[in-house]
Amino acid sequence: MLDLFSLGPRGWGDELLSGTVVTIAVSVLGFVLGCALGLATAVASLSRRLAPRWLADVYTTIVRGVPSLLVIYLFFFGSSGAIMFFARMFGYTGFLSLDAFSVGVLALAVLTGAYSAEVFRGALQAVPRGQMEAGRAVGLSDGQVFRYVRLPQALRLALPGLGNVWQLVLKDSALVSVTALAELMRMTSVAARSTGQPFTFYVAAGILYLLLTTVSTLLFVRAERRVGRHLAGVRS
Amino acid sequence: MNLDLVWSSLPRLLDGLVLTLELAVLSLAIGLAAGIGLALLRRTGGAGRWAVDAYVFVFRGTPLLVQIFALYFGLGQFEAVRESVLWPLLREPFWCAVIALALNTAAYTSEIVRGGLEAVPRGAVEAAEALGLRRAAVWLTVVLPLALRQALPAYGNEIVLMVKGTALASTVTLLEITGIARQIASRTYAPLEIFTAAGILYLAINLLAVVGVRALERRLAPEARAAARR
Repeated sequence: MLDLFSLGPRGWGDELLSGTVVTIAVSVLGFVLGCALGLATAVASLSRRLAPRWLADVYTTIVRGVPSLLVIYLFFFGSSGAIMFFARMFGYTGFLSLDAFSVGVLALAVLTGAYSAEVFRGALQAVPRGQMEAGRAVGLSDGQVFRYVRLPQALRLALPGLGNVWQLVLKDSALVSVTALAELMRMTSVAARSTGQPFTFYVAAGILYLLLTTVSTLLFVRAERRVGRHLAGVRS
Repeated sequence: MNLDLVWSSLPRLLDGLVLTLELAVLSLAIGLAAGIGLALLRRTGGAGRWAVDAYVFVFRGTPLLVQIFALYFGLGQFEAVRESVLWPLLREPFWCAVIALALNTAAYTSEIVRGGLEAVPRGAVEAAEALGLRRAAVWLTVVLPLALRQALPAYGNEIVLMVKGTALASTVTLLEITGIARQIASRTYAPLEIFTAAGILYLAINLLAVVGVRALERRLAPEARAAARR
């Protein structure tokens, strides 16, 4: 059984490994892009004006209320139509489409954005008002207060919640396999079919995913400890 | 976006709605019972606790899609499974999806119930014991009702997650809402409209689930019950 997982042309070890690398790449890119989107959404949802608040609400409610698979299908089947629509406005009439990797990154970013918006919103609200007032009092502009006072403190508070969102995204990345992107799940299915040993390979994939989620949990815990190190020994 | 197409695709998607609801209700029911069982088993300590923790770790740490595929495509690998009495069941994509969804939600539910059990005040248990209730009666009439009420808001989220999880059944050939949507989309080349219509259905189901759980929470709230008695 071990030679099933060996590296090289006869075993599937190298295929699973390259799939794991693609899984990590698509998840990390989607997560980072999505966190930016989520932060922007959180800021919009705390706005004094109605329109940005409403927009943020609609976005998070819809994406959180429909299956991730549906979001991925929408991007997979719908992205080339959308791109060609815009290309036509600039006079280009040929066929255009996104590759599976970009579709995966975009879909995961939209999912991350909706899930992390709630986390960022809670964290931004948890920064004490006095901090922002103190910033204003020393003469910082609104933008500077946000950038130097509110955001850094909010990011520290958001870290545990973002760890949960990352786990969700990492697991959702398996759904990107429906676009035939050569990530871990897709490679596993190919191996399962060509060797006739599906259970063995799906369990192997499960172990690899478990390894990824476990290692990333440890990394997030370390990051939390690091950003909170100035609080060591402080009693709250 | 062509709104007429969104409306005209809704009736066909409604055919899949029944299957989506069947998958969700069946797997949630089995998963709830199993989840409560697991949470109780975990309290026995020792091997029980270890086994439940390992189960939860595995099912929460791996994608649901891996779990469904391992069950549907994987189990047929073993001669013993193919010849067992369970094979007619395990050969069916519907039952594979239900079992995988149920195993998955059982893991999450057991953690939710555990949180509820930990929130039961010791005083309530002591009071029940002081009244001379037997152990089983203490559990059935005091601990479990308090724990489940406490766990209800978190369980509402789990219901929404499971409704969304049923979409993965489309990957094992089942024609529930997402399966039908994909079929229509590839035939009509109007993915935006079709998936929007499917999204509306999921949003409606989840909205109803959330409203239902909120109503149940309000009914079970101690203040509300006291008010009703007055």
